[in-house]
Amino acid sequence: MLRTWRQRYTLTDLFIWVIGLVIAGAVVWGTISTLRLHLYTSIDWIDLTIRGLALGGVYALIAMGYTMVYGILKMINFAHSEVFMSGPFVACFVALGLASTGFLNKQPVIGLAFILIIAMAVSGGVALLLERICYRPLRNAPRLVPLITAIGASFFLQYTFRGLFGSGSYGYPAINILQKSFTIRGVQVFNTQVVVIAGSVLMMFILFGIVQWTKIGKAMRAVSEDKEAAELMGIDVDKMIVFTFGLGGASAGAAGVLYTLLFPVVNFYMGFTPGIKAFTAAVLGGIGNVPGAFLGAIILGLLESVGPNLFLTGLGIPSPSQLKDAIAFIVLVLILIFRPSGILGERISKDKA
Amino acid sequence: MKIESSLWKKVLQNGLLGGLISLLLGLVGMVVAFGTTYLVGGMVSMGQILLLAPFLLEAFSSIKHIPSKNPRAILAVGGLTGLLGGAVLAVYLVVGQLVPFRSILINSSPDLYTLWTFGLPFLPGVLALLALALVAGLIAAGFSMLPARIRGALSWGLLIVLILGLFRDLILTVIGLWGFVQFAFLWMFADVGMTIPGALVVFLVVGGLVYWRSDTVRKASVSKRNPRQQRIIRWVTLGVLAVIVLLLPKILGMYFSEILDDVGIYILMGLGLNIVVGFAGLLDLGYVAFYAIGAYALGVLTTSEAVGLLHLTFWAALPVALVVAVFAGVVLGLPILRLRGDYLAIVTLGFGEIIRILVLSDWFKPLLGGSEGIQRIGQPTIGTYVFANQQQLFYVIIAGIIVAGFIATRLKDSHLGRSWMALREDEDVAEAMGINKVATKLLAFGTGALFSGLGGALFATKVGSVYPQSFSFIVSINILSLIIIGGLGSIPGVFVGGLVLVGLPLLLAQFADFVYLIYGASLIFMMLSRPEGLLPEARRRLELREGESGPSPQENQKPAVTDAGR
Amino acid sequence: MIKRLSIVISIVAILGMVLAACGTAAPAYTCTDSIGCVKIAPTDPIHIAYLLAISGANAALGTDSRNGAEIAIDDAGGKLLNHTIKFDGQDDGCSADGGQSGGTKLASDPTIIFVLGTSCSSAARSAEPLLSKAGFVTISSSNTAPDLTDPTNANHYPGFFRTAHNDKVQGAAVADYVYNTLKLTKAATIHDGSLYASSLVGVFQQDFKQYGGTITTATSVNVGQTDMSSVLAAVATGSPQVIYFPIFLPEGAFLIDQAKTTTGLENVQLMGSDGLYSPDVMKTAGAAVEGFEVSSPLVQGPAYDAFVVKYKAKFGELPINIFHAHAYDAMNIMFAAITKVAVQQPDGTIYIPRQALRDAVAATKDFVGLTGVLTCNPDGDCANPIIGVYKYHAGQYPPELIWPTKYLPTPTP
Repeated sequence: MLRTWRQRYTLTDLFIWVIGLVIAGAVVWGTISTLRLHLYTSIDWIDLTIRGLALGGVYALIAMGYTMVYGILKMINFAHSEVFMSGPFVACFVALGLASTGFLNKQPVIGLAFILIIAMAVSGGVALLLERICYRPLRNAPRLVPLITAIGASFFLQYTFRGLFGSGSYGYPAINILQKSFTIRGVQVFNTQVVVIAGSVLMMFILFGIVQWTKIGKAMRAVSEDKEAAELMGIDVDKMIVFTFGLGGASAGAAGVLYTLLFPVVNFYMGFTPGIKAFTAAVLGGIGNVPGAFLGAIILGLLESVGPNLFLTGLGIPSPSQLKDAIAFIVLVLILIFRPSGILGERISKDKA
Repeated sequence: MKIESSLWKKVLQNGLLGGLISLLLGLVGMVVAFGTTYLVGGMVSMGQILLLAPFLLEAFSSIKHIPSKNPRAILAVGGLTGLLGGAVLAVYLVVGQLVPFRSILINSSPDLYTLWTFGLPFLPGVLALLALALVAGLIAAGFSMLPARIRGALSWGLLIVLILGLFRDLILTVIGLWGFVQFAFLWMFADVGMTIPGALVVFLVVGGLVYWRSDTVRKASVSKRNPRQQRIIRWVTLGVLAVIVLLLPKILGMYFSEILDDVGIYILMGLGLNIVVGFAGLLDLGYVAFYAIGAYALGVLTTSEAVGLLHLTFWAALPVALVVAVFAGVVLGLPILRLRGDYLAIVTLGFGEIIRILVLSDWFKPLLGGSEGIQRIGQPTIGTYVFANQQQLFYVIIAGIIVAGFIATRLKDSHLGRSWMALREDEDVAEAMGINKVATKLLAFGTGALFSGLGGALFATKVGSVYPQSFSFIVSINILSLIIIGGLGSIPGVFVGGLVLVGLPLLLAQFADFVYLIYGASLIFMMLSRPEGLLPEARRRLELREGESGPSPQENQKPAVTDAGR
Repeated sequence: MIKRLSIVISIVAILGMVLAACGTAAPAYTCTDSIGCVKIAPTDPIHIAYLLAISGANAALGTDSRNGAEIAIDDAGGKLLNHTIKFDGQDDGCSADGGQSGGTKLASDPTIIFVLGTSCSSAARSAEPLLSKAGFVTISSSNTAPDLTDPTNANHYPGFFRTAHNDKVQGAAVADYVYNTLKLTKAATIHDGSLYASSLVGVFQQDFKQYGGTITTATSVNVGQTDMSSVLAAVATGSPQVIYFPIFLPEGAFLIDQAKTTTGLENVQLMGSDGLYSPDVMKTAGAAVEGFEVSSPLVQGPAYDAFVVKYKAKFGELPINIFHAHAYDAMNIMFAAITKVAVQQPDGTIYIPRQALRDAVAATKDFVGLTGVLTCNPDGDCANPIIGVYKYHAGQYPPELIWPTKYLPTPTP
């Protein structure tokens, strides 16, 4: 039986749509006002876009790790930010060692590859340790219990690193070849940005490929669909979970190295903010969905870079870049109003709120 | 001796693990930091205990895997595990003579090496370390062979002596307030830690008490009391507790009143979040938003500075602040009505961050003070009496908690409370049963926002100023942890959770650098050992312990519910 | 059995009380101080406390100050007036509630002589009323808010001193340097939401405008922000000649690094303040640090070099920022003041009158410290009023002092 439009949409839906339209309207008005001021040239905008893409690429790698673990265990791994931090932190010492012998600048590709491998190994190792010690015993507990354990693990790891290595910051050595740039049609593009964007796209394809086209990926997807059925099909669930954690951890480590190429500083609390951003990105794209996480992260990176200047300058708001995280979250709300399961997410029917 | 290979593997594993843990404790700096915190008579320091305890505990763990009760096997396994642990440290020490670990691991210092080798020159020191590790393992072995009652008595006795020695400063601060009574206890404490006679007395008393109480024959007779007697005992206990709670600020002094105030505010907020997450099942990670709104609303309305509006008194501004908080709760609840699960979580997290960014921003600086914050916030007064310091504010906070606790308890068993629980279990079925999803969810949010706003207002008046740095995501996390550790959905659990999770870091403040490390480890430990929380709802405990024993014991932690006639 | 046990306990308790009573000797000195005196028995330590930010994102700030203080204690041999020094304290969390919490704890301990703290001015505003009421001297190595030593402001409490610079002094010095020495008239400012930075930026803006300069953009970044592209793009639209960002690491390092690659800002002069006087700036900003200037106290010379060596040997890392030098000087000023006012009895007991101690600190004159020659004024400012400007060169630490010219070290022939 066909329902009338009044039966399909309630008053609250109307309210929500109104809020969504107000936000969207503000965004559009702000954009138009800013563009009318002609403060920024198109080259400026393209430049900001490229930086946003590079940043988004890094967030994408962390987000994909988050989303894979969520898909298989339905838990928010808060300690993922420390997994992300641990790889580049340890690899920094290796990098400094390589730089002091000059090796890093003479053989940048091999040097970088070496740093990458070490970071991925350390991050993956930390993720595996977390799984073994903190999450495996709580496999059947209600959702919020592993969340708290993850929070505890996050604090513990942060302050262990602080105790071991000190509270100051360490700097990554500069790799000369990456500092160079080239110009396309007036826009200056740095080699670092190219490496980061290319690297994250590559890793996205690798991860996606593993999940979609390999046997072990199929097993992973089976376990995330239905754990008991997968077990009945002969899949070793424990091993799959371990593999997922390892893969997610390794990708976080790789993300860490790329992140430090853009922002060459490591300290013990550096993981906190990117961790939250990555989680936001994963949700934005539809949680549990690897391409969704990538898409969400790219959008987030662009919003951070371009957003404040584009939306807020025209509205006359002072210090717009202070509000960049607020912009990201408001756009998140906007998108979730119109697509409650994320951009590429499927309708969750049985999940409890 | 018949020891299987799997046992050898366990010994190896545990030994290495013990060594690694001890190494970690040393390298993060805890061993050196506590190297001069002597516990008894200037002899044993906490640092040395941190050094040797992992060996002992891992040895204990190895011994549990021995099938037989052969004393020689137990001693061998225990000693070997301990020795292996010591070997790990010894290897590190030897390598450390050649490799400059300190350029990376900043605490790998000469002071640490000296502590590890007990102040002896290198070679004898390493040997002493190995010997002591072995002895630690043997002690664990010997300990495990003692009968259970003596074991319990010894452990408790030693534990209490350790705690008293470690927290000597705090204890003396409190005892110092008790006038002449303090002299009954002062002789037990030295400049650092306890004196030998003091430790001995405490050890004997505690050990004796535990030994006496673990007498199982006695226990059986106690539970045979009839229900009427039990009820009288319960009410009397509650009454005594109430009197003690009201007198606490006076007994414990200013510092503990400060801690109690903080605990109280968090408990208040916990009661609110317990409704949102525990009753209604809406995972709210941005609870700090309403906390900030309540605090800033009160600040803006009562401050005597130029940035304020209206310059009201505390009691006049409080209802306005609460209305603003509830309004915010409803407004922020609207866009998320259609969201489920972790989408809800991330959006609420976003709200928390948005509010924090807005109060920090230069945009709202003329109204909210920006990074300079708002100072000179009004304090509550009754007539001419001003609730100025923490001891006095304690009573205002207690009043707030009583009101909130009352509301929460009544709501739990009401029609609304049951609608929330239906929503929590399955949203679609609840809707099919005729529950108005929108109204129920908004009411949950609004009530949560009310309690949080109240907490924020009390916080603002306690500190006297608000700065944006106090309203970060960590606050939301802390409250969430508190209600889960206490037991999700259980109201007494909120109190216990608050005391443990908020009181603990404040008590541990003397350990400065390591507070969060210990806090994180405690969270992990608590969740691994009691995932249902410390005082869980009976139903939850059933769910989580389903596989284990048979029918659960009588629900005896919520007297109100089991009273006849309810 | 219980009865026997309770008899034993009562006997032990009574014995204890008797012993304790026998321990106290009659005082030979009567205290005439208006606040009171601290009595230190011959075997008791001298208790000094700290209230610094040692956890969270600002952990480096407080830890660094504490480290500087510990070196001062070591240099004094760990003893003052033949009593061991006991140095412990609380975390101020760089927040008002942290300051209140830590301040309450310290205020309830009457054995404390003075408190080194706080790290952050917001903590000081709530801690100082408590500490002042308890009679302590509080001396800070990094509080810079002007209201704390402004006698007309309610946040000023007796007994508060600081060896760190008042924002009014530092902001004025930077404005003076930029306008009169560099001859630049268009400036942009960036703060990071902390009280320190926004206060300093406010003073700079005010003084700079008074000289006749213009502020093209006044904006801010968030702590923890790594991507500075939107801020820098916004600043670039105003075409400033100098960007002043008195913030901390790592945000400062990111700004330095990314400004060089932002169109329009390649040749802009970048300036920071003492939060960015740190070897970590060298490590983290790389080659881009060339030409970056910071304002900071005058802390170079052989005394400071020797200090750095001691710091590295004791803590395994180079000093994190500059506030340790203020902490070192603060401790030494206090040691001198305590030595001056302490009343020593022949049996080794010491009495320290609290108000006299405050007066002695306020009377400190021409004290030679790591940060220069210090003289305290009665409102609490003890810092050397001369601010130096240093220029960083890539690969070289410490940065080179370039202003004021009369304090430059004379070149060795």
